[in-house]
Amino acid sequence: MQAIRTIELVKRYKNLTAVDKLNLEIRQGELFSMLGVNGAGKTTTVKMLSCLTKPTDGDAIVGGHSIIKEPELVKRLIGVSPQETAVALNLSVEENLKLICGIHGFPKEKTKAKIRELSGQFDLGAVLQRKAGKLSGGFKRRVSIAMALISEPEILFLDEPTLGLDVIARHDLWDVIRSLKGKITIILTTHYMEEAENLSDRIGIMKEGRLLSVGTVEELNVAAGTNDFETAFVSIVKEAAV
Amino acid sequence: MRIITFAKRCAKEILRDPINLGFGLGFPLVLLLLLSSMQANIPVSLFEIDTLTPGITVFGLSFMTLFSATLIAKDRESALLQRLYATPLTGVDFILGYMLPILPIALGQTAICYLVAIPLGLTASVNIVYAIIGIIPMAIFNIALGLLCGSVFGVKQVGGICGALLTNLSAWLSGVWFDLNLVGGIFEKIAHALPFVHAVEMEKALFSGNFEAAALHFLPVILYSVVTTAAACFCFLGQMKKQ
Repeated sequence: MQAIRTIELVKRYKNLTAVDKLNLEIRQGELFSMLGVNGAGKTTTVKMLSCLTKPTDGDAIVGGHSIIKEPELVKRLIGVSPQETAVALNLSVEENLKLICGIHGFPKEKTKAKIRELSGQFDLGAVLQRKAGKLSGGFKRRVSIAMALISEPEILFLDEPTLGLDVIARHDLWDVIRSLKGKITIILTTHYMEEAENLSDRIGIMKEGRLLSVGTVEELNVAAGTNDFETAFVSIVKEAAV
Repeated sequence: MRIITFAKRCAKEILRDPINLGFGLGFPLVLLLLLSSMQANIPVSLFEIDTLTPGITVFGLSFMTLFSATLIAKDRESALLQRLYATPLTGVDFILGYMLPILPIALGQTAICYLVAIPLGLTASVNIVYAIIGIIPMAIFNIALGLLCGSVFGVKQVGGICGALLTNLSAWLSGVWFDLNLVGGIFEKIAHALPFVHAVEMEKALFSGNFEAAALHFLPVILYSVVTTAAACFCFLGQMKKQ
């Protein structure tokens, strides 16, 4: 069953086509990575799918609802962890989590239970009372993802979740993301090949707004005639330029 | 529920910033004490405590513009708004959530100014309550102006425009520090075309119990308040769409 289907999705900014006639299908429950260099159109695609930006043309069906005609219904099904750390810096971790619970209209008991559940899942117990602005980059990202999960979304968008993190923090966050696999549909954007290779069920390679190739790591390696995913990525991207 | 949750968060962000508290509450009080001391040594009718205090309360509101503009600009730059735009919060939720928590802060600041002025010789009467209530339209104007600036400018620009330019404009064009008649000409005309001097005169009139005079200045203040709020909503919703 499909969680997301894009239909000739286009986003243009004046003279720049950020996303060009994107046709993509993402299955329910899979972790799908959009891989590409800077400016490939990954973040713009996520912004359109999460109803933050209106497409110039085309449409996408997210959880059975059109992002053009039913954005409010789409918003109820999704969670978004943006590229930059999107937390309220002067609020404690607990207050940040409570903020999102309140916005989603959770009663007190459910809020308490949710905070308990997420602080256990993301190992936030020790930092619950600390101001989010005082946390390390890795912990800020954890809080950011935990906030995106509060609404119990069917579909979670993680935009460059490990950007700027050190290697330990990155691996810790990978463990967190792996723990979510299979429970919900995850769309992850990254330009780290290692990240896409380690976490994804399938990968879509993007360049200059176009989707060049989609498949599992093995399928992409076979398509590029190599055993090494980085070589496969470079080959697919370079071939597209010819 | 959603609005209250978001408004609480905005209030916490403002009140936990020591610079906000220092400037917003401290600076008007310092001015009040300083000018009262000057008045004690060199009497100037403009700085008599019953005349000065209503003016200081209006001047203090310019910091509410800085608070709201800084909060919104910071939210926009930190991507927190991007996250919240993907939640069921609507445009109205955002606008009210940003504006509502600053209103009690503005009223609190005004009340503190009047309370501090009493031991300095301010005539204590029920009119203080009317003056505090009467400041609401001007407070809304200032908060909406902040919403407008925060929707259009970045954090650094907001600091310059709201922190320096607007506070100075509201000070010079309000008639608190000098008599506008003494300057006259185009300066006086510009001052009267803007809401600051009207807000000060309205406050003075309310404080002295002259409600007829207050009503005369009420219209331009409420007009600016409504127009600025509409413009702020337009700009905020516009940038929300652009996101």
